[in-house]
Amino acid sequence: MEKKRIPKLIKELTKEHEVFAPVKKESLVFFEKVSPGSEISLDFQNTTKSPKEVLFPQTEILFTYDIKKNGVEIEKAPELRKKIALLGIRPCDAKALSLLDKFFSSGDHKDFYFSEKRRNTTTIGLACNRPISTCFCTSMGGAPFGKEGMDLLLQDINDKYLIETVTEKGDKLVEKLPWLEDAEKADIEKARDLARDAERAVTSEISGMSVTKKLDGMFDNPLWDQIYKKCLGCGVCTYLCPTCCCFDVLDEATTKWKRIRIWDSCQFSCFTLQGSGYNPRPSGKERMRQRIMHKFNYFPKNHGENFCVGCGRCVQECPVNFDIREVVEGISTDIWRKKNG
Amino acid sequence: MHNAEESIREAAKKLLSEKKVDLIVGHEQGTLPLRTTPCFIDKVEDVPKLVWNENCDANLSKYLIGRKERMGVVAKGCDARSIAVCTFEKQIVRDNVVIIGAPCSGLIDKKKVRTKLEGKELLEATIEDEQIQLKGEGFELVLPKKDFVCSSCLTCRHKTPPIYDVFAGTKVPEVEADEFSDVADLEAKSSKERWTHFKEALDKCIRCYACRDVCPLCYCKTCFVDQTMPIWFGKTTDLSDTMIYHLVRAFHVAGRCVDCGACSRACPMNINLRELMKKTEKIMKERYNYTAGLSLEKVPPLGEFKMDDSQEFIK
Repeated sequence: MEKKRIPKLIKELTKEHEVFAPVKKESLVFFEKVSPGSEISLDFQNTTKSPKEVLFPQTEILFTYDIKKNGVEIEKAPELRKKIALLGIRPCDAKALSLLDKFFSSGDHKDFYFSEKRRNTTTIGLACNRPISTCFCTSMGGAPFGKEGMDLLLQDINDKYLIETVTEKGDKLVEKLPWLEDAEKADIEKARDLARDAERAVTSEISGMSVTKKLDGMFDNPLWDQIYKKCLGCGVCTYLCPTCCCFDVLDEATTKWKRIRIWDSCQFSCFTLQGSGYNPRPSGKERMRQRIMHKFNYFPKNHGENFCVGCGRCVQECPVNFDIREVVEGISTDIWRKKNG
Repeated sequence: MHNAEESIREAAKKLLSEKKVDLIVGHEQGTLPLRTTPCFIDKVEDVPKLVWNENCDANLSKYLIGRKERMGVVAKGCDARSIAVCTFEKQIVRDNVVIIGAPCSGLIDKKKVRTKLEGKELLEATIEDEQIQLKGEGFELVLPKKDFVCSSCLTCRHKTPPIYDVFAGTKVPEVEADEFSDVADLEAKSSKERWTHFKEALDKCIRCYACRDVCPLCYCKTCFVDQTMPIWFGKTTDLSDTMIYHLVRAFHVAGRCVDCGACSRACPMNINLRELMKKTEKIMKERYNYTAGLSLEKVPPLGEFKMDDSQEFIK
């Protein structure tokens, strides 16, 4: 597809979908709902916030209810059947959606709200020709041209996008776009070369695969006393993270009662505060340990993969430059262990 | 700032080897261009890690609050001023802290750099004399440093810490900057325009509380937004909830804020949080001729009650 056809693609997509795509706002880029004619940016490194919020919004009304004389009247949950298209999602963020699928949609804990929206979502991703210095997707089992979590993958080959169909959903969408041209052999080869170059361009490598085993038995290791010290306990890392998905549920009353869920962060002091006043994670030490253990030990043990995709957002935006790569590498290579005896 | 780096290391070494402190809180090289990261040094051999440059942007007074150890701290003007405020408010025990005062020539605002680079990634940055050199894939720029200095530093009048125990380096001559030039735009707006302005600015807030958590004056054991039994304020990202959070925080730090700019630097959504604080600072200056953090003795206006106060606000 020629690049100038992007507006046409958006127009076609909006016929059946709510389309979310990267939009530039001053020096930041966000996934926003777009309509035909909207200006989108496909020339970006990655968005400031991850597209997880399209499926897992920071504030989500689960249902509304009314308290009446003879009881509580629950109104219907909001409409979730609308089709969603995520255009321009990067491979790391798409992989994050497949991890969120595991979290929200598998086992006994199927989350209706997330999985319904996810079922109705088509991801039309954008491969990364130029990973940046904080990208470490390859250390987390991903790749700049990775297809996990994608239905279609756009690959930038200069003036055109080579569109690769990944799933049946992607095939079906392509069928509805008869104006797409057939790819030439040279285009496919070009994309293959670019994919290889992009993978080599990921310069940040850490031992992401061996960390899970290393963390076994490290719950009481003195390294946690050191690691957390500079962390100030804000929620930048967890809120920008494409996989972090902890939430809180509360009831709010305005004209009607609403049961809402909001993002929560394991780095906040009240995250595990119990009704009795007891807090099993009383300091930053326990909270930092939880973040690292959940991403690199508990989740991989339950679901077979790290709960981190190496997007680098937390590395870039942490107010005190806490770099998760250093921690993972330090644990994997025993640096921390040696440091702390 | 670089000869100060050596002096800071010497001071740190002396304090540790003479066992005057248990720990030095300073800055070390970060993992990204234009970044440093806070560090805690308890061994003399680790002292060479300490750096001092235009990227030492963390307000380290945050790490002194509620601590029992004897700590040496590397402090810029704004760090020292917030140490003064927190000491007066009994959050820092002055006798436990040795302030290594350091001269500051203004911090580099990485957000201004980001805006300039229009999406291109910065891979290397060097600052020499009054110029900043920015390098990345396919570009190399040499630009005047002054264009990338944090707004809070441009209007700062206390580049040499007003309070310190040891001074490292050479004192910086204070520039008679118009300290409130930043709020002129805000003041020129009608109340309706201001409302629109704040609504637009705060609508981006994701309530990560980075602004609160980097602020040395936000030391409440339980912040009002974290009150859960019962909940005091809404926790959603609806504008009414975020607005309440920011307004209450602004009121809470009024007359105490030293405009270190840490809140604005920390915000991942690029909200200019210090704008509202700066306005409250101006009100304090005009009404009470008071500037926070310059003295350990002077009682702040909002910390005392005078029987002869005109109380003009009660009508």
